[in-house]
Amino acid sequence: MFADWPILSLTIWLPIIGGFMVIASGDREANATRWTALIISVLTFLVSLPLWFGFDSSTAQMQFVERMDWIPLFNIEYYLGVDGISMPLIILTTFITPLVVIAGWEVIKYKPALYMAAFLIMEGVMVGVFAALDAMLFYVFWEAMLIPMFIIIGVWGGPNRVYATIKFFLYTFLGSVFMLVALIYMYYQSGNFEILGFHDLKLGHTEQILIFIAFLLAFAVKVPMWPVHTWLPDAHVEAPTGGSVILAAIMLKIGGYGFLRFSLPITPDASHTLDWLIIGMSLIAVVYIGFVALIQQDMKKLIAYSSIAHMGFVTLGFYIVFIVGQSAGSGAALGVEGGMVQMVSHGFISAAMFLCVGVLYDRMHSRQINDYGGVVNTMPVFAAFMVFFAMANAGLPGTSGFVGEFMVILASFRADFWYAVLASTTLIIGAAYTLWMVKRVVFGDVANDNVAALQDINGREYIVLGTLAAAVLVLGLWPAPLVEVMDASVNNLLQHISVSKL
Amino acid sequence: MQFDSNQLIPVLPEIYILSLACLVLVIDLFIKQENRIVTYGITQIGLLLAVAITVAVGQPQTQIIFDGSYIRDPMSDVLKVGIFVVSFLAFLYAKDYLRDRDLFKGEFYTLGLFAVLGMIIMVSANSFLTIYLGLELLALSMYALVAFNRDSQDGAEAAMKYFVLGALASGILLYGISMVYGMTGTIRFDELGGAIQKVGLDNVVLVFGLVFIVIGLSFKLGAVPFHMWVPDVYHGAPTAVTLFLGSAPKIAAFALAMRMLVDGMEPLVGQGGWQGWQGMLIVLAVLSMAIGNLIAIAQTNIKRMLAYSTISHVGFILLGILAGTKEGYTAAMFYTLVYALMSAGGFGIVIALSRRGFEAENLDDYKGLNQRNPWFAGMMLLLMFSMAGVPPTVGFFAKLFVLDAVVSVDLTWVALVGVFFSIIGAFYYIRIIKLMYFDKPSDESPLSMGVDTQVVLSLNGLSMLYLGLFPAGLLSICHTAIGG
Repeated sequence: MFADWPILSLTIWLPIIGGFMVIASGDREANATRWTALIISVLTFLVSLPLWFGFDSSTAQMQFVERMDWIPLFNIEYYLGVDGISMPLIILTTFITPLVVIAGWEVIKYKPALYMAAFLIMEGVMVGVFAALDAMLFYVFWEAMLIPMFIIIGVWGGPNRVYATIKFFLYTFLGSVFMLVALIYMYYQSGNFEILGFHDLKLGHTEQILIFIAFLLAFAVKVPMWPVHTWLPDAHVEAPTGGSVILAAIMLKIGGYGFLRFSLPITPDASHTLDWLIIGMSLIAVVYIGFVALIQQDMKKLIAYSSIAHMGFVTLGFYIVFIVGQSAGSGAALGVEGGMVQMVSHGFISAAMFLCVGVLYDRMHSRQINDYGGVVNTMPVFAAFMVFFAMANAGLPGTSGFVGEFMVILASFRADFWYAVLASTTLIIGAAYTLWMVKRVVFGDVANDNVAALQDINGREYIVLGTLAAAVLVLGLWPAPLVEVMDASVNNLLQHISVSKL
Repeated sequence: MQFDSNQLIPVLPEIYILSLACLVLVIDLFIKQENRIVTYGITQIGLLLAVAITVAVGQPQTQIIFDGSYIRDPMSDVLKVGIFVVSFLAFLYAKDYLRDRDLFKGEFYTLGLFAVLGMIIMVSANSFLTIYLGLELLALSMYALVAFNRDSQDGAEAAMKYFVLGALASGILLYGISMVYGMTGTIRFDELGGAIQKVGLDNVVLVFGLVFIVIGLSFKLGAVPFHMWVPDVYHGAPTAVTLFLGSAPKIAAFALAMRMLVDGMEPLVGQGGWQGWQGMLIVLAVLSMAIGNLIAIAQTNIKRMLAYSTISHVGFILLGILAGTKEGYTAAMFYTLVYALMSAGGFGIVIALSRRGFEAENLDDYKGLNQRNPWFAGMMLLLMFSMAGVPPTVGFFAKLFVLDAVVSVDLTWVALVGVFFSIIGAFYYIRIIKLMYFDKPSDESPLSMGVDTQVVLSLNGLSMLYLGLFPAGLLSICHTAIGG
């Protein structure tokens, strides 16, 4: 029944237009502004729900397609559609944004209207990135994300925010412009900007390698992969809580999504040739960055590094397929699906972890681990949540963190024993840095007077953390629906890349 | 010469602007200083009427009249409308500035209209002689305007530099023209191509003539290494004049390049080699993008910064032209029109922040603009992101189309150089946004602007977003104008 509605357009434009309305309403009635923002974001979530319920998971075809001319002279179209890979990420986006709005409710005192509007506009633009099927439309959304994020970090961030936000902007801008040239090049090969058309485009080996590298620059910066990850800890530490949440939960996923939508299907042979590079970078991210996380003194920085390590799992899962594909049949899908599950799960867990740090920061205005200790004595409910999310972050079975990691490790085993061994170390290192942080912050005796004066979480914070905890549990105990939704699309992708374009 | 009064119809915009300039000159004599607004009003209404007249005489066919010295084609129509609109914006933003500084004089408008006349003559020139006349009329009016504030030493210095270098450039241009004429025996652009083919493309004198013409052209465009005058003149001139100088004449300079190189000497494009104008323009474009963007980073004065930014944008416009295809010319034309709008808006904000006794020239004057006036901070944000080429603003599409054109002629490396320097360029644009949004204001005084300026400046800023979301309209206008 929903098939004829422009649901994707609604999900994109409702928050964007709503965001501009929020800016226009100004800061005079701050409370009304907050409620408007909340209503818009919840409405967007509701509007996006038919995507999940009306989704036909038996086919890899694009669904909810909308298509019209945009710039006819260059064959650029306004062309939207989702498959099993992009749809869960869209739902993730619309699910997280209301939580971000609630999380910033009382905390943001300076220009709340602009803050809320930036997140709403951000939401629409990110949905646009996932839904775009025209490469130029994709690129426009992709770059447009930078503007609200730039403002969010720069205006409401920590002391070193200006450095962080400019670094963030230039890093991601640098990564993506080379992708632009690659897209234009392919436009001249195929005559239009259709992404699905690019998938079937015949490209020579050298061309593929160059295009692959251009994409890698763009997506590796976004994911971020070692060694181009250095913007992320800076951006996270300085960003306000909501900014960190969106950054970790959704923006990083856009890099992973890019690999699935562009790099793998457009340049399968180059991906095959260079898969050692990605696997190597991923394993370094998993192991080395894990150790880097271990020594962090700043909670946000620690979680930021843990995000990089977890995203290493995602890219590992995506690129292991070429090795798996040679030895066994169905194991390849396990890697990609594991990576996808890991992305969604990391969206919940990292959001929750950053929100937990945000809760503490709002009370103590410090993110240093050493300033805390014995928080459980004054904030028992909060401590329960934080320990739960920390367990999930460490990949405890029963939480969503376990599912994705397990699937990827399983796929790595089929590829190469040593890959699996290296990847598995994350279970130990991840547990080490997360639980050690929790031990120092939450447990023990009350460390100082500031901690003694802490108030436990209020209803607003309870709702946000409770919702996320439920999501983590559901996905951990019953991941089947998510895997089912993406199954057809992932298999189609694997089939596509198993055929050489040469 | 057979005189036919029908020949006067295509040339109506020029005749009209000339009469308007004379009318303003005479009327202004009889107006007291407190009624000077009448001069301004006549000029502005006159410019709007000029748009109507240009549209009315416009038609899809090309008309060549006056023994081949004048051409009216769709491209000239579009460019003329662009010049009128951008000049209208420039005069409107300039009004409050001039009034606050006791520069609100009739001469500004007379000189301005003569400059406009020079520009539209360049746009419609079909021979070297006509184009040179238009160029000199524009240049002479501009020299005088740069020194418009008689008591300003900077202004006088800038005008002197501009005059000396401009005269030198005109000389070089004329020298090149004489060589080309000497070899081909014609100065008409529509005959030049055939004559060049007859002489032979590797004729040494012809190639030398081309070199001199390209040098003269790059002086006028402000392309590296002939850019030295740009920052000094932008800086020294009163901001109101910089605004005018930095916007509408870019459209005319684009026409200058199109008429001379494309209409006239397209056989000398030298596709893929270095001896034709494509190779020369590659060097100029790459250097302009590199030097313009790099040196802009070091500037603390926003007028100088925007001057270097102009240089880098000129590099991008040249990229479109050097592609040597219809798509390339379309892209360059789109870029030029968009750039003129961006530049007018950017300087409009500079003027809006200035007031009597205070020039908002330093980057630090933009600190905390978001707190002082969120709306216009937002407009500046759009303009700056547009200049940096970040979607969804129109600046992105301007760059996209140009890059598209360059990639289509297998010059992908030039496109890569272009995007590389646009990343470097992004830094100094977002620095302005950083100052406006992330820093505390050092000066809390509210912005004083007339309602007219507020409305038009807002439209100017929002047009960046509107054209970015719907670029197809303007693009297809440019496409039709180039005749692709």
